[in-house]
Amino acid sequence: MGKPYQVPEGLTILAALEDAGYRLIRGCGCRSGFCGACATVYNLKNDPRLRFVLACQNTVEQDMCLVQIPFFPAAKAIYNLEEIEATGEQILALYPDLVSCSSCNLCTQSCPQSLDVMGYMSDALNGDIAAVAKKSFDCVMCGLCAVRCPQGLAPYNIALLCRRLYGRYLVPPAKHLEEQIAKIEAGAFDAELERLKRMDEAELRHLYAEREIEPF
Amino acid sequence: MKENIRKVEATRERRLKETHPHLTDKERTVLLRKYHPDFVKEGMRELQVGPNKGERTPNELADLLEGNSWINPDKVNLSNIDYDVDVLVVGAGGAGASAALLAQENGAKVLLTTKLRLGDGNTVQAQAGTQAADRPNDSPAIHYLDTMGGGHFTNVPELVEVLVKDGPSAIKWLESLGVNWDKEPDGSLHELSAGGMSRRRIHSVRDRTGLEEMRVLRDEIKNRQIDYLEFSACVELILDDKGQVAGAILIDLETDKLTLVRAKAVVLATGGIGCLHIQGYPTTNYYGTTADGLVLAYRVGAEMIFLDSMQYHPTGVAYPMQMLGQLVTEKARTFGAQLVNIDGDQFVLHLGRRDLVTSVIIRECQEHGKGIKTPTGGVGVWLDTPMIDLIHGVGTTTRELTTVVRRFRRFKIDITKEPILVYPTLHYQNGGIKIDTNGATSVPGLFAVGECSGGTHGRNRLDGNSTLELFVFGRRAGRATAQYAKEVKLGTLTLDHVRQWQKLLGHLSKIRPVSPLLLPRLHRTTPDYSSVYSRGASGAS
Repeated sequence: MGKPYQVPEGLTILAALEDAGYRLIRGCGCRSGFCGACATVYNLKNDPRLRFVLACQNTVEQDMCLVQIPFFPAAKAIYNLEEIEATGEQILALYPDLVSCSSCNLCTQSCPQSLDVMGYMSDALNGDIAAVAKKSFDCVMCGLCAVRCPQGLAPYNIALLCRRLYGRYLVPPAKHLEEQIAKIEAGAFDAELERLKRMDEAELRHLYAEREIEPF
Repeated sequence: MKENIRKVEATRERRLKETHPHLTDKERTVLLRKYHPDFVKEGMRELQVGPNKGERTPNELADLLEGNSWINPDKVNLSNIDYDVDVLVVGAGGAGASAALLAQENGAKVLLTTKLRLGDGNTVQAQAGTQAADRPNDSPAIHYLDTMGGGHFTNVPELVEVLVKDGPSAIKWLESLGVNWDKEPDGSLHELSAGGMSRRRIHSVRDRTGLEEMRVLRDEIKNRQIDYLEFSACVELILDDKGQVAGAILIDLETDKLTLVRAKAVVLATGGIGCLHIQGYPTTNYYGTTADGLVLAYRVGAEMIFLDSMQYHPTGVAYPMQMLGQLVTEKARTFGAQLVNIDGDQFVLHLGRRDLVTSVIIRECQEHGKGIKTPTGGVGVWLDTPMIDLIHGVGTTTRELTTVVRRFRRFKIDITKEPILVYPTLHYQNGGIKIDTNGATSVPGLFAVGECSGGTHGRNRLDGNSTLELFVFGRRAGRATAQYAKEVKLGTLTLDHVRQWQKLLGHLSKIRPVSPLLLPRLHRTTPDYSSVYSRGASGAS
């Protein structure tokens, strides 16, 4: 945030902050690129173009000027997944501002996961829920797209809605799963489990050693 | 290092046809006792106070379990309650979120608190997946046997029974919430195997299973408008005059402000211990995994189990340094990547149980001297990832191990072309707070679920059983606490247990830290320069 620090080469931005003495409360999570906690914006002395990264995934560069953005206000619709439909109209009903997307592409440029954010926003407008689900799969919900959107949209929340709708309504439920649950509830495995629970260790070890192993 | 890669390449064709033999039962026992970190005597000591006095546990954990409270009971006014709820859930990862959702569904007024953000914790970065026995050639009984064997037959049978029986319904629950399980076109679940399993029953969402699970559960918490607090750490439990747990004290990590919660039941879902860096090992774990729940529970007298049993994941990143200790999913080995030493030879069956593979890697490096030195002063063995595409076809690695490919690519390593260096890393706490099949601890009103609980996995957890435990026991505790809250009558709130604890510690209180730890100290600190007058002046402490 404007203060210069000398740090060893080769550290990630996150490790460099800690080397400089910051004990992080916000802006630190899994340290491995999964959770979106460490969203960071920076530019370089001779290149004012903004870059958008996860602090745990990028190494420090000379004269890097950065700030972490661990939180940003964003709209999230409240809904009951059981009471909504997997349609474009439904998405618009929950996120009516979606129509104000001007395809400026600032969201795509700000995504540290290199997702085609504008692409999936346009898919969402077209009601192509499957396409949104596919394109947004790697989203870690860091929120940088919402920071940059001039219309105040939160693409990552719209994508999440689409992914949930896809999983719930556009993909067939697993039949064998329902069948097994029914069998379990009917007690089909109770007797065998009871037997195993009562078994002494020696017998259990023997059974374990004799298991038929399905090939990987 | 680059030269050694040539050696790995040279032996690859030969190794593709080889299968390393399984270890015998006797070999397994010897291996663990000689090389596994759990058996390093100086790494552990006996607890001197508390419910598990006399039992051994890692020094780093013992320091905290025997630690001092943050709270001076004389300075807290328990009549200034900020929240009065049925169920307080501490921790908002997979287990906490599940508990909160089910408690609310069953009529409870819920408050969820987390010291970081909603959804933060080890769950979100779980790569491989969630086990459940739902295929026609599989059954909960087979899952039971796999789990017991994996746990060295020390698991609590009733907990395992619940885990395996409730497995399929946990998967179904997540499916109905919109989790995008990997499926065939007809909807049947695409399931994989892993170390120690006799059936393919791991359900995944490519290699982002935990992220997908948490994205959905977080969203659902918000949709159901369950109250939650972020950056709000639990530092002490509150009891009543009948010895029942009756709430908790939370600290805002940013403002130091206290929040007092009165609750008929408290569910601890605080996760793991990785950030304690036991024996100096790096960890796969999330920021803040500092065993907070264990400290809170121990101080009110809850019994622990298997405190001496930690799981080290065999394949933590050893190079590059920026990724040190991070998880390389077992899936790499499921898809054929072998573990190779400096001579280019396989030295262990790549898909054995985690504790065994860990021990063999440590032996290979420490005793046989066949590890490879990293440019940054560490040691590792090769995980021959280019084998994956050779066995399963070009594009397999990028498809099945997307995140591993991506993460290494950021540091200019292409794992489809080069093997990577790995070494064991601290991954999971096998034991924890002792619970019954509903997550109830030995202290009335106190429940524990997820990694901070113990007994389900015995002394060694199988891949894919951890995320299952979160949803199974999280949901059960949610239901159970909602019911419990309807029946219990709370007495007068008290922090007497803190006074008693400090008395019990005696001289130990002078040499033990304050606990729970809350956040690890990873930042560079300045040597103490404070004068006696400067204390508290600038706000720095």
